[in-house]
Amino acid sequence: MPEAAERSTFMEMKLQTQLEKTACQIRIHAVEAVHAAKSGHPGGSLSIADILACLYFNKMRLDPKNPKWEDRDRFVLSKGHCAPAVYAALALKGYFPVEELLKLRQPGAMLQGHPDMKGTPGIDMSTGSLGQGFSAACGMAAAGKAAEKDYRVYSILGDGETQEGQIWEAAMFAANYKLDNLCAIVDCNGLQIDGNVAYSNSPASLQEKFTSFGFAVEMIDAHDLDAIMQALDTAEQTKGKPTAIIAKSIKGKGVSFMENNGAWHGAAPNDEQFKQAMEELHAVLNKLEVE
Amino acid sequence: MADVIKKATRESYGAALAELGSKYENLVVLDADLAKATKTEVFLKKFPERFYECGISEANMMGVAAGMATCGKIPFASSFAMFAAGRAYEIIRNSIAYPHLNVKIGATHAGITVGEDGATHQCLEDIALMRAIPGMVILNPCDDTEARAAVEAAIQHDGPVYLRFGRLAVENVNNAPDYHFELGKGIQLRDGKDATIIATGLMVQQSLKAAELLAADGIDVRVINIHTIKPLDEEIVVKAARETGLLFTAEEHSVIGGLGEAVAAVVAEQCPVKVHRIGVQDRFGYSGPAVELLRQFHLTGEDIAQTIKASL
Repeated sequence: MPEAAERSTFMEMKLQTQLEKTACQIRIHAVEAVHAAKSGHPGGSLSIADILACLYFNKMRLDPKNPKWEDRDRFVLSKGHCAPAVYAALALKGYFPVEELLKLRQPGAMLQGHPDMKGTPGIDMSTGSLGQGFSAACGMAAAGKAAEKDYRVYSILGDGETQEGQIWEAAMFAANYKLDNLCAIVDCNGLQIDGNVAYSNSPASLQEKFTSFGFAVEMIDAHDLDAIMQALDTAEQTKGKPTAIIAKSIKGKGVSFMENNGAWHGAAPNDEQFKQAMEELHAVLNKLEVE
Repeated sequence: MADVIKKATRESYGAALAELGSKYENLVVLDADLAKATKTEVFLKKFPERFYECGISEANMMGVAAGMATCGKIPFASSFAMFAAGRAYEIIRNSIAYPHLNVKIGATHAGITVGEDGATHQCLEDIALMRAIPGMVILNPCDDTEARAAVEAAIQHDGPVYLRFGRLAVENVNNAPDYHFELGKGIQLRDGKDATIIATGLMVQQSLKAAELLAADGIDVRVINIHTIKPLDEEIVVKAARETGLLFTAEEHSVIGGLGEAVAAVVAEQCPVKVHRIGVQDRFGYSGPAVELLRQFHLTGEDIAQTIKASL
């Protein structure tokens, strides 16, 4: 791989900086929401923030004023527990006021612990029980093909989530029906509640598994915005088969004490930890704004 | 006397899908390698481009159906009751019912009359499982006329519907020229004053037979056909309780969680009378010819008549 400086940047620097800022804002809002709720899943929310910034702020064809627009691209968070990051992206995109984020998980609030398509504008599928969202994404992609529509369907899966057998049932369906309008993005942060995600790579790696299940596979760094955009474009150009982007990520990315620490899978920061997290994230944001 | 034409409601299901496919363009059908048995193959032959073979993976099939429903399709996801309500329960609960998606679950081969395949395929708990899910409509038609009507009623209802069909050929009992299927409305097939049998599915035919046997002994029994188990027609149940004072429920399902308990709950709250639950008594089935199994599990018209006589 060439040195970063030698690489031809896929995106213009200005756009890249803009997306980096958005990713940082998603992180800030997600951590704020989890802190306010005093529960939730910050680790995975932080690991998918860059992917969400690329999808919602550059790739997907959306109309926040018309969330049910039938020609929109679809997004299914199969790893539904990372909802705070998606909620942050939706709020920043204008689907609902940013203030809603601080009511996360409260009785009567719009934002449920896991995505609720009935209650939250911009959520295309209710998810939360692992392994199920990807099947729904397949159904959306199949329906799009049947209707000869050109929308695309994106679904973020967890690497731990691929331990669910239903994921591979869905993978067979996607390949059999040649769902090239479907793009799975596997957030490989390597950690699940009980420890390391070794099980998912047994007996073969996710790369080998998805390849053998008939997917085009892209291997990327989940925090390299340029690589994410390239992979999403390659997926769009790939015909006759679905794509799986295997994105190697850092759980808790952007908050030093949360990074690569499984304890932050499903725990909210206390006030002191929250203060530190905000200092770190805002420092990144301020630096980007100077650029 | 001419031979009575009998037809399994699974046959009616397949025929209805094929017939209604032209009328409802958004109708799509999914199956999990049982199209020949669930009879969705009839639809497949007519509308191959609207049929999705999901392979032996019911969980994914339910999820795919959910996703399609979010895009305006009206998917009928088909399998045996055991694998639809049983294996895919949590997907039905979380991916279909929680978002109240417009998915129809066509569950064939329900009950003991699956016959020779035995206990692993004889689903006796599906009504209980589906009843517990908020917003789920449960249709259990008893004959060809009703099964075809139920399919169209399911299409016209916006939201998840569980349709229960059988493998055993049954006689048509809904022969009235003015027959009309109204979702959530029970049908009184026979009036009576001594007791009421509230039946569903193929137990409707058995109950009518029981009423005839009892009539010969001077016992006058009302028979109500409940094709919609949820939402239950509480009015017809309470009226029967008030007017006849004694209820018997008859279902080809466990007595736990099925029609019997639904009826018992309604009368306990609104008009307490004694309710006898006729059904499978908290046990698994076993292999055997369907008609013989009905006898061995005490689900025939003769059994019902005997139970009623013993309790009067």
